[in-house]
Amino acid sequence: MSTAAQTVKPVMPARHYLNDNYGIRSWLLTKDHKRIAVLYLFSITFFFFIGGIFASLIRLHLLTPNGELFQADTYNKMFTMHGVNMIFFFLIPSVPAVLGNFIIPIMVGAKDLAFPKINLMSWYIFMVGAFFSLYAMVSGGVDTGWTFYTPLSSGFVHTNVIVMAVGILFAGFSSIFTGLNFIVTVHRMRAPGLTWGRLPLMVWANYAASLIMILGTPVLAITLILLALERGFHIGIFDPKLGGDPVLFQHMFWFYSHPAVYIMILPGMGVISEIVTCFSRKRVFGYAFVAFSSIAIAVFGFVVWAHHMFVAGISVYSAMVFSLLSYAVAIPSAVKVFNWTATMYKGSVKLDTPMLYALGFIGLFTIGGLTGLFLAALGLDVHIHDTYFVIAHFHYVMVGGMVMAYLGGLHFWWPKMTGKLYPEPVAKLAALITFIGFNLTFFPQFILGYMGMPRRYAMYSPEFQVLNVLSSAGASILAVGFILPALYFTWSLKYGEVAGDNPYKATGLEWQTTSPPPTHNFDVTPVVTEDPYHYGAEEEVTVVP
Amino acid sequence: MSHSPTTIPEHHPALVHQFDSMEQQREASTFGMWVFLLTEIMMFGGLFAAYLIYRIKYYDAFVAGSTSIDVTWGFVNTLVLIGSSLTMALAVSAAQRGARRGAQLFIVLTMILGTVFLGIKGIEYHQKYVEHHIPGGIFGRFDAVSNYPGQEPNIAEEVAKEKERVEKLSPEAAEQASKQIAKQTEIFFCFYFAMTGLHALHMIIGLILMTWLLVQVQRLNIGPEYYTPVELSGLYWHFVDIVWIYLFPLLYLINRTHAK
Amino acid sequence: MAEEKHAHPTHKVYYLVFLALVIGTVLTWRVAFIDLGPLNPVIALTIACTKATLVILFFMHIWYSSTLTKITIAAGVFWLLILITLSLTDYLTRGIIKPL
Repeated sequence: MSTAAQTVKPVMPARHYLNDNYGIRSWLLTKDHKRIAVLYLFSITFFFFIGGIFASLIRLHLLTPNGELFQADTYNKMFTMHGVNMIFFFLIPSVPAVLGNFIIPIMVGAKDLAFPKINLMSWYIFMVGAFFSLYAMVSGGVDTGWTFYTPLSSGFVHTNVIVMAVGILFAGFSSIFTGLNFIVTVHRMRAPGLTWGRLPLMVWANYAASLIMILGTPVLAITLILLALERGFHIGIFDPKLGGDPVLFQHMFWFYSHPAVYIMILPGMGVISEIVTCFSRKRVFGYAFVAFSSIAIAVFGFVVWAHHMFVAGISVYSAMVFSLLSYAVAIPSAVKVFNWTATMYKGSVKLDTPMLYALGFIGLFTIGGLTGLFLAALGLDVHIHDTYFVIAHFHYVMVGGMVMAYLGGLHFWWPKMTGKLYPEPVAKLAALITFIGFNLTFFPQFILGYMGMPRRYAMYSPEFQVLNVLSSAGASILAVGFILPALYFTWSLKYGEVAGDNPYKATGLEWQTTSPPPTHNFDVTPVVTEDPYHYGAEEEVTVVP
Repeated sequence: MSHSPTTIPEHHPALVHQFDSMEQQREASTFGMWVFLLTEIMMFGGLFAAYLIYRIKYYDAFVAGSTSIDVTWGFVNTLVLIGSSLTMALAVSAAQRGARRGAQLFIVLTMILGTVFLGIKGIEYHQKYVEHHIPGGIFGRFDAVSNYPGQEPNIAEEVAKEKERVEKLSPEAAEQASKQIAKQTEIFFCFYFAMTGLHALHMIIGLILMTWLLVQVQRLNIGPEYYTPVELSGLYWHFVDIVWIYLFPLLYLINRTHAK
Repeated sequence: MAEEKHAHPTHKVYYLVFLALVIGTVLTWRVAFIDLGPLNPVIALTIACTKATLVILFFMHIWYSSTLTKITIAAGVFWLLILITLSLTDYLTRGIIKPL
């Protein structure tokens, strides 16, 4: 089979999900999870660039210590808008709503997700939230920081807090419906023979992230509702004038927002599992451990939230409890890193672009994760909380980790989604530029934080300038690294080589169907008889006609 | 291209393309509804957690606030909602048997009881408006005694009397304490309105759902093979009932042994 | 076979549960006016939990449902307890251990 395919140039299938139906109505009213994934791709790419513009403005402003670009109030809006857009409108939906939506039904052998109409609705809800967010931005912005701490946000600022809160509320509901869909699909729609122990790790990871979405986001919803009520009607339970406790807002906010970071990273880890196995031509080391570590991260992630509040005024006793638990949550992540590394050992490693991003992820996520442990230590946190150390930490895990995973996944499944190959040499160059730019941007920030530069300040002490300039220079390189994929992916749609069903010779049900897949995914329901990642034997999954 | 061949010869009109059988569809839909209810548990739960923290912190104020809301109405409303849960369960049962008329009758009964609940809630809210217990500084007065003569019953007065009687405080200390408690009572009412308000919003959504359901029972050939819309609506309605089952003691019965 | 899968309570069960719920409500109401000190909220919440359990088991058919559904509800309760308990570790211990 495979030898014959190698001598024949692959051709695009005649009918597939992209050309099955034409017209704007067929897209805006689609129920096909693949088309919805593409809709999300456009939306979140747009918000990535919006967030990126704010990031660029921040780094431009921070070139000089006296903050000559913006006034302090405007600078506050810059970092708030950057944070809100990147977190709620890019990172949280990125892998689940784009890659997950596209690939998970195919990975479990289903024709679609459990509730396609709810899937489409989740995109519309996202767009409503996006509209509110954009409206908030153009009508004056928000300047409270993405964390909306009270009583600043509930009583003092004159910016569009409520509008933004509503936007985030909608984005949150969108993620709830995506998570709900994934959970029901994975439980109830797996193909015959596809036991839990044979699921690709991408499914496990997205399933775990979906659990977090379901359990955590509603608490954010009620917190934002209470914030909006407090601000709008001057009733409030976070208001010290009434005897309310502003720290309560932080408890409720972080109860969601800490697990939210695991919503962001877990799907990325799922992507890495897929890429590392494929480009090492080897089964994953310790499948069960990697699978259960996703669940462990989801569960542990819920009991550590107050490590964001060590200096906010919580009791020392509870701070100790949360610090201890925060150390525990690092363990499952470490398990994954060890197992990926062990997977590569004695594997046949091929350094294609997705693998470059995966390797970048493993290294940078490790650094980010370890610095998280620094922050979990009570004594250290007193000094480095609210400094650039924290900023460097979360950018290492979120950008060095998550964005790299997203880009890696996008490259890995781009041929499947579009039927075209991206230009490999340019892509490799872009990956390298991104890696260099990223480290140049954010490594100096660890040092800055350690030296005491506070975050969210429009001005800084002159001795910090050199590192800030380095960081901004790195940001300009990073920007190039991010813009290049946007350009060559678009180019590949028209001029890219046809990919064929399985350009990487990967295992997994998604590679057994055409690229792009037909609307109904499979012509016959597959029956799974193999464990995942059965590399080495070069045999394919048995498909029973 | 044809879809993957299903092994079931008959194709129920309500079977959607992504499922292979009505059984799978029903199981998935029911499970999906439960996952959604899980999110509702967490949303109300967040509110309940905040309530609990303040009840511990400001117990006296919460007692005062709780005492000032009408327990009889709360009790009646609880019975009304429990009744509506019964009628809803009977509606689901009827739908399952294919008794469409019966199902519609019970749905209408459920809606009537739900409306009665909302009506009583309206009466209670009006009472709070008249008594100036609405938080937010516009309609509410939570200051201490004597600032607003002719207005009654002033919660601060009740609290002051309570403090003097129970703790045998000196008049000045009692005065101070009662001022403080009166202010803190505003927090109780924030929770009262937030919790019952969110609940009432869910009731209204439930009534809209029931209206839609009445139409669906007619349109969709509800019967033993397919009664999912009724079952899922029932789950939603029962959940809203359960929230009230907790709201009643938590809001109305904090400590009724001091006053009626 | 189909009966078992679609199993649901008989009307008799529904009416019995309804009766239990009404009795529970009346009990909660009356007991609230008797001074039992710290036991009052305990009793009120116990009755509320019992009522909720009855509604979940019988009105919502959990008694006859899959293990998965039962786990789902248990997870919800458990997660709520995480929120409440860990938040209380802060509020109940403020001022007990003084920072250095």
